[in-house]
Amino acid sequence: METVNFMITGVGGQGTILASDILAAVGLAAGYDVKKSDILGLAVRGGAVLGHIRWGEQVHSPIVPEGRVDYLLAFEILEGLRRLDQVHVGGTVLINQQEIHPASVTSGLAAYPDRDAANEALNVAVERVYHIPGLGMAQNLGNARVLNVVLIGALSGLLPVEPTVWESVLGERVPARYKELNIRAFRSGREWIEERR
Amino acid sequence: MKLLSGNEAIARGAYEYGVQVATGYPGTPSSEIMENVARYDEIYAEWSTNEKVAMDTAIGACYAGKRAMVAMKSVGMNVAADSFFYAVYTGVRGGLVIVAADDPGMFSSQNEQDNRQYGRFAKMPVLEPSDSQESKDFVGAALELSEQWDTPVLLRTVMRISHSASPVGLGERTADDAAPTPPLKRDPHRLVCTCVWAKHQHPLIEERLKKLAEFANSYPLNRLEWGERKLGIVAAGAVYNYAREIFPQASFLKLGMSYPLPPALIRELAEGVEQLLVIEELDPFFEEQIKAMGIACRGKDVFPAYGELTPAVIEKLAAEAGLLPPEAVSEERQLPLPELPGRSPIFCPGCPHRSTFYALGNKMKDVIVAGGIGCYNLGALPPFDATDTMGAMGASIGVAHGFDVAGIPDRFTAVIGDSSFFHAGIPPLLNIVHNGSNANVVILDNQTTAMTGHQDHPGIGENLRGERAPKVEIEALVRACGVSDVHKVNAFDVKAVQQTFEKALAFDGPSVVIVEGPCFFVGPGASGAYEVDTDACIACGACFRLGCPAIVRSDEVNAKTGKPKAKIDPVLCVGCDMCAQVCTSDAIHPLE
Repeated sequence: METVNFMITGVGGQGTILASDILAAVGLAAGYDVKKSDILGLAVRGGAVLGHIRWGEQVHSPIVPEGRVDYLLAFEILEGLRRLDQVHVGGTVLINQQEIHPASVTSGLAAYPDRDAANEALNVAVERVYHIPGLGMAQNLGNARVLNVVLIGALSGLLPVEPTVWESVLGERVPARYKELNIRAFRSGREWIEERR
Repeated sequence: MKLLSGNEAIARGAYEYGVQVATGYPGTPSSEIMENVARYDEIYAEWSTNEKVAMDTAIGACYAGKRAMVAMKSVGMNVAADSFFYAVYTGVRGGLVIVAADDPGMFSSQNEQDNRQYGRFAKMPVLEPSDSQESKDFVGAALELSEQWDTPVLLRTVMRISHSASPVGLGERTADDAAPTPPLKRDPHRLVCTCVWAKHQHPLIEERLKKLAEFANSYPLNRLEWGERKLGIVAAGAVYNYAREIFPQASFLKLGMSYPLPPALIRELAEGVEQLLVIEELDPFFEEQIKAMGIACRGKDVFPAYGELTPAVIEKLAAEAGLLPPEAVSEERQLPLPELPGRSPIFCPGCPHRSTFYALGNKMKDVIVAGGIGCYNLGALPPFDATDTMGAMGASIGVAHGFDVAGIPDRFTAVIGDSSFFHAGIPPLLNIVHNGSNANVVILDNQTTAMTGHQDHPGIGENLRGERAPKVEIEALVRACGVSDVHKVNAFDVKAVQQTFEKALAFDGPSVVIVEGPCFFVGPGASGAYEVDTDACIACGACFRLGCPAIVRSDEVNAKTGKPKAKIDPVLCVGCDMCAQVCTSDAIHPLE
């Protein structure tokens, strides 16, 4: 098979690292060679975070080659736009409809990208864009912190790996007392995408 | 097979290959090595106070016959250097592996040093893994080499190895942990590095390097991979994997041992191909040695000696140099993107450092600030723009003392974190006392090593093994160093912080302010979000100058000035109260 290239981006504190861990572990469980690379940024919170994940028969580099991302999973709009040029025309963008304003915007030195301009860029860039209201979905489940699992659930609906594999990997990676909540979050993301696929 | 990061795999290697003592000091991208080693009860693991202490401790353990490992980031090697240089002369008993995680691309370091140079400088072998499986395996290889050749061995990784994950096959631990440690075998002629004895070691070390280079020719970690004969590539580490993907047809010399180099293998590759190319990040370390052998190659005429050599960089520059067809390079996409503001890291909501830099960056802008390594270096960035110098762990106190003896007319202060103070701040503090300096020192005691992920230090009261440890009081330590003007202030009292700085700066002689407040992640936790009463808010902007991620611009503006009012994101706010204290119109209160 052709190597599948994923990129996960967001803001520190949003839970992107767990999402990229799950995505990599699911690839391995599904029998692929897997490589993953995380750029954590300087701050525990508030900095941009970026993960590369690759599934394939034999994967050498842990970094996705320039412009060859197949699936961009963006936890935040600005960070999604920042990596948009890494996705090829036939690629898919799943973008969480959440704005987190960087300090330069709060202090008035810069403006947060206009939503219409952002949508136009997204539509020009790739064939398939899913604007997912992930934070609201997580809050509806009672915990904003499961945003990452909602988004992973949505992504899973676009990939040829059985949901049972995803759920078993997920179950190993979250504390036992939150397992049920996380499975619900995963399914809500998956259902959301299945209705729109 | 299990998916492990390079750092997890190195820790697993320490476990499987019988390391019994492991030490280190936290630093990105190396910190997770010791954090994972500490999960194996069979290994004694510690965060030492600095890299040199960690190195000496590992050396002592290896003299006692134990396999030992010491782990640090790139620049940690500078701190440890004084000690590994002597260990090359004394030799080892148990294997000694030194893990240094370099940071090409400078994701979180103050320079871009290439620690392979330390292998050549100190005259010890260097191994470089290119994925997680090798990260584990090479720990074993390094320990074997160390014992076989009676020398410490440097295992050099880079951020892309340490923080990338790939599948690893797991094995069992090989050490006999139940065996009692025998009494130390005394051998002063080897272990006392006095000049009269140590000088006999130097010729033996030079001889050893020659033999190691010969050995490297048949060392299985170095391998020739023949492909087409047009292009031969010498590469190691992360870069080898990028190059394999970009040049799938080329012939390769994949180096697992980066020093000393295998001369016969390099000649064989060079003679078997039309053109030889060296692809290496940072210094022309291989290239210069290959050229010194009289072998022609290309290298730094194609690729820069700085920055990360990502696949994108290699592809682009190789194509420009005619080594790849232009169509192999993917074009950069030109998209109609709106302007995208940057996102630099900032102090977290509830960070205790905020009040210090609010004071120094707003109310006391005339004060020159000598800074250091840690979260508090974010005080150099907007909206504070407070820090004037920053170079190394513990440097701020010496630099401030330099300002004093140079006689600058400005007010000035040094800032240093608690972990940095224990690491490298005590000798310069003694120095300002001893030399009668007028330097002022601010110790930011957030009760953890925050930037690298909240590791312990002597001021915490607990060590890496989870044991209770005496909590070293910074105030008592500072007084014991001979400082008489010592102040303590609560980091979450914004006005008191500024007033205390003013008082200390006015003192004639060395003075110390200890700003106390736990990092949010080790403190008592959130105490309820605050909100802005937009009717009361006059849009003065004072709270924006705290640089808090939870405080954002509201859509409402002050009708007279047109300036935006503030609003607080209740998900991010942890209720530290600092914004309520700086608010000029009493508009910020705990959320009802």
